[in-house]
Amino acid sequence: MALVEVSGLHVTATGESGEPSDIVRDIGFSIDRGEVLALIGESGSGKTTIALTLLGYARRGCRIAGGSVRIGAEEVTAMSPAELSELRGRRVAYVAQSAAAAFNPSLRLMDQVTEGVRMRGLMPRTAAEAKARDLFRALALPDPDRIGSRYPHQVSGGQLQRLMAAMALMTDPELVIFDEPTTALDVTTQVEVLRAFREAVRERHTTAVYVSHDLAVVAQIADRIIVLRDGTMREVGPTPQILSEPADAYTRSLLDAAAPKPQHPLEKAPATAAPLLEVRGLTAGYGPMDRQGRMATPVLLDVGLEIRAGSALGVIGESGSGKSTLARVIAGLLPAAAGTLTLDGVPLAPSLESRGLEELRRIQIVFQAADTALNPSHSIERILSRPLAFYHRLSRGEQRRRVRRLLDLVKLPMALLDRRPGELSGGQKQRVNLARALAAEPALVLCDEVTSSLDTVVGAAILELLAELRRELGLALMFISHDLATVRAVCDEVMILYAGQVMERGPGRAVMQAPQHPYADLLAASMPELRPGWLDGIDAVRLAEARGEAARPSQSDRCAFVARCPVRSGACESEAPPIRRFANGSTVRCHRTEQELLAQQSVRSDDAVVVPLRRLNH
Amino acid sequence: MSDSAISAPRRRRVSAAGQAGIALVLAWVALAVFGPYLAPYRAGDVVNVGVFAPMSAAHPFGTDYLGRDMLSRILYGARYTVGVAMVATVLACMGGIGLGILSAVRRGWTDSVLGRAADALISIPHLMFALVVVAAFGTSLPVLILMAAISYVPGSYRFARALALDINAMDFIEVARARGERSAYVVWAEILPNMIVPLLTDFGLRFVFVVLLLSGLSFLGLGIQPPNADWGALVRENITGIYEAAPAVLVPAVAIAVLTISVTLLIDGFSGRARTTVR
Amino acid sequence: MLMLGMIARRVLGGLLTLLLVSVVVFVGTNILPGDATEAILGQSVSPEAVAGLRKALGLDLPAHERYLRWLAGLLTGDPGVSLINRLPVAQLIGPRFANSLLLTALTAAVAVPLALLIGITTAIWRGTLYDRVANVTAVSLVAVPEFLLATVGVMVFAVQLHWVSALAKPSIGSFTEALQNFTLPVLTLCFAVTAQMARMTRAALLGVLDSSYIEMARLKGVRPARLVLHHALRNAAGPIANAVALNLSSLLGGVIIVEVIFSYPGLAKLAVDAVETRDMPLVQACAMIFCATFMLLVLVADVCSILSNPRLRTR
Repeated sequence: MALVEVSGLHVTATGESGEPSDIVRDIGFSIDRGEVLALIGESGSGKTTIALTLLGYARRGCRIAGGSVRIGAEEVTAMSPAELSELRGRRVAYVAQSAAAAFNPSLRLMDQVTEGVRMRGLMPRTAAEAKARDLFRALALPDPDRIGSRYPHQVSGGQLQRLMAAMALMTDPELVIFDEPTTALDVTTQVEVLRAFREAVRERHTTAVYVSHDLAVVAQIADRIIVLRDGTMREVGPTPQILSEPADAYTRSLLDAAAPKPQHPLEKAPATAAPLLEVRGLTAGYGPMDRQGRMATPVLLDVGLEIRAGSALGVIGESGSGKSTLARVIAGLLPAAAGTLTLDGVPLAPSLESRGLEELRRIQIVFQAADTALNPSHSIERILSRPLAFYHRLSRGEQRRRVRRLLDLVKLPMALLDRRPGELSGGQKQRVNLARALAAEPALVLCDEVTSSLDTVVGAAILELLAELRRELGLALMFISHDLATVRAVCDEVMILYAGQVMERGPGRAVMQAPQHPYADLLAASMPELRPGWLDGIDAVRLAEARGEAARPSQSDRCAFVARCPVRSGACESEAPPIRRFANGSTVRCHRTEQELLAQQSVRSDDAVVVPLRRLNH
Repeated sequence: MSDSAISAPRRRRVSAAGQAGIALVLAWVALAVFGPYLAPYRAGDVVNVGVFAPMSAAHPFGTDYLGRDMLSRILYGARYTVGVAMVATVLACMGGIGLGILSAVRRGWTDSVLGRAADALISIPHLMFALVVVAAFGTSLPVLILMAAISYVPGSYRFARALALDINAMDFIEVARARGERSAYVVWAEILPNMIVPLLTDFGLRFVFVVLLLSGLSFLGLGIQPPNADWGALVRENITGIYEAAPAVLVPAVAIAVLTISVTLLIDGFSGRARTTVR
Repeated sequence: MLMLGMIARRVLGGLLTLLLVSVVVFVGTNILPGDATEAILGQSVSPEAVAGLRKALGLDLPAHERYLRWLAGLLTGDPGVSLINRLPVAQLIGPRFANSLLLTALTAAVAVPLALLIGITTAIWRGTLYDRVANVTAVSLVAVPEFLLATVGVMVFAVQLHWVSALAKPSIGSFTEALQNFTLPVLTLCFAVTAQMARMTRAALLGVLDSSYIEMARLKGVRPARLVLHHALRNAAGPIANAVALNLSSLLGGVIIVEVIFSYPGLAKLAVDAVETRDMPLVQACAMIFCATFMLLVLVADVCSILSNPRLRTR
């Protein structure tokens, strides 16, 4: 008999008006003991709601309106509150999405981890703490003997996530629910955490439900996949089948979005043409400077780049790398402390106030959070008309015409003109952001993580739009992201930032192939690929060496990456690394030579990043 | 295009409570403006049913300690209670909002100095501040209005400043600045429209505080002076009516309570307390 | 330690503000031309007598010197002499201050436990009829003027029923005597303070109960009692203490009206009398004491906030 049996599940929500609306309906599936089932879907698909019903829980304003959820021999929907308290955290455990928000900030970690067993009298304190420490070791947490005595704010996000898993496994539950546990983590941390989870689940033969929107991650850990959309099930099947032969159109669109194809390279502008934007030696940060020119909080150090008219530069970095600050400095929002910015050969003033209207017009910036980038009290028409009036001094009639053309350009319907931003979806808002930037008729658009907070399918549509706009308008782009695959799909050249410094820069293909900067290598290795077995194949030793948090930018004489570098040498600790030119066209900041790096890094062709399994089978 | 369908436009419905509230405010304003014209007797007229008469058809609120019709006294007094408080509140909010936005946008020295001044004023309990001012300057109408306004400026300042700071941190403000917009445009077109609704609720609450302060002051004999009287002064002059259970002493106090409670409930309803279902 | 630093900064800031307040009070009471000599001696008096008295009272010194003298006097416990009855202000204030403290302490003793009870229970049982009724009542009570409550109270309980006296005396010889004297004043003061305190307590607790880590604890199977007592209150204690301290400071406003209505011989009544007779030194001293007490309570509220933040306790 299957451990979990769900049938006819129906959950409704009561809105402000008092009318109930469906969140999920007609949900039915079963999970066998020891199996890992994944619930895949975008936001609003109902995946978390379904996962929570396995605990007999519905969020405020929602209720389980019908259907049955059976765990073992018991019907969860018919349980009393006391029985539910027994079920939750004991037979069924939950690992939440944001570990930082799941721990009580005023209680020590060990107390919270062992609470489940102690409050039920299952184990005395000493035994519980010993078991907890064993779990910490099994989950590869640093300092397992003492980490329990800390408070949540003293521990990093990736560690908190694993502590949450330890908390869940303490009671030896029959079923563990992982709710997007790695979504909020950096890519390099995600790999570690994923491995730890998978080991823990496999060793204990725990049944698990894994909720996610990331197909590549799910491919590593799940035996079966359910694809959800708008509260209904679209497709169910074993993982290899879903990935290679998806039957449903929506599943296919998810797969396509998860592995964006690199765009056709544009005709390259003649190399002799002067670059549109040139940045040299850019150093920026916050806080006062001391006499040696060191800033209190440096963010960018000695950054240099070039963007030619009509080309696209991708800037990749994890949190703390300074990538967003780079966009702000170029836009003039944050004046640089040192270095030069040149637009079409003419030096750009470091701060907004000193720039001319034309200079401001030619560089436009689009932010990540579409929600807060649009004034909620303005209509879309007003938002789009303003730059037209401000930069081009168009008459009212001309503004109206131009606004409509802009909406066409970003493929939005005219009906949106008199709506407020609050009435638009995430993808629509981002399109309006783009349209607003385009209204100025810029030469260069700085895109700061513009798809990062969107669903993958919606984000993929935005990327397509960007590519089209580049072709039609000859726009130059600086595309900032933490997602390697996205950047490769959109950009000709790629630049990798770490701790505020440029580690590698060059044509897309070159940066992703050996020889590369060790950090670039680590990034590429950490990006989950869409084939099962990728996680097994990772060089665990190499990843373990690179474990750790991103270094903070500092103006000292050493390589910023030295703490995590697998090929570090003596010189790396005491001297700033030189900038080398490699044969494949990239520039790399490293003490090691091209030959040394080539020898150490595995040869990885970039086709392996995108291999739909169906192609392999023919 | 794979975007989800266009969401239906949310029609701005004013709830029943909101409509009732707006009607209420208009009624109070009307009372303040037209009160004296509605009064059956002039404020000073003595009628001949005796002092502290109980409620009757001819005199719905009875008579006061001199034998004057209470209904008329109340209607005349509405001008002072509602009108004076309204003027003071408008002054307080205008000052507070202007300074608050200035502080939020400029930061730096301006913010520090204004903040300290606000802290100092807020540290003086309102009634005590009123007492000090009255002791020094007397009880003329301009003094009372200015005193109430100044006493409540810091609260409005803090509120407006916090609001403006929150809005200033939003991305759309950065977008406007990146465009090259001047501060004046940013404040007027981008920040202010998002502040209007919360500022209105703050205005309403401040109005209630000012009414309570001024009527309290009058009750102590340090506010509106005879022969004029606001509702607080009416309570004071009829205080001996307590021993005769006369309506003359209760009605003005109840009138104040009705005014303040109705406005407070209106504000509370507007702030949108989320209706939650029991879990 | 980070926290001590924050608290020290806050205390210093408070002292600076108190200084500013003293300037405001002094300027406010001295800004008009014509000084106390007129009030004391009357109009038709010889200029020599006026000059003599002025010198004796120190009124011929320039403004900032007078201010500094007064400030020094405040700090050493001698804020001048009453203009009306020529007694040292400190002597007048002493007993009255004690009386006012008694009244406010009694009020706090009733209001705080009641407010906490109502605030916590309405948060736990949010959305029920009990909660909604409590909320509407609380909102209304905050808006009700004290003299309405006092008037109704006196009319019903003192005049009609003769249960309690209409005037309050600060004696608590026996329990019944205390009840007789203090019931009405304390009740009147309590209503508004309890209502607002309960609302803020409810909001603070709800803020914690709505947080993700409480949801997580629920999903771990933690029972409601343990959820509130062990998990939630720990984090809400700081904001609740903050609310309590802030609302106690609002007592200082209400006590003025109550003391006057019930003729209670407290500091506030003294201040009101002083205003009527324009006895400036007395007004100044009373104002400073009120402000200092007010600021002390706000300081306590802030310190509670700082102390309750776990991020500051350990680094």
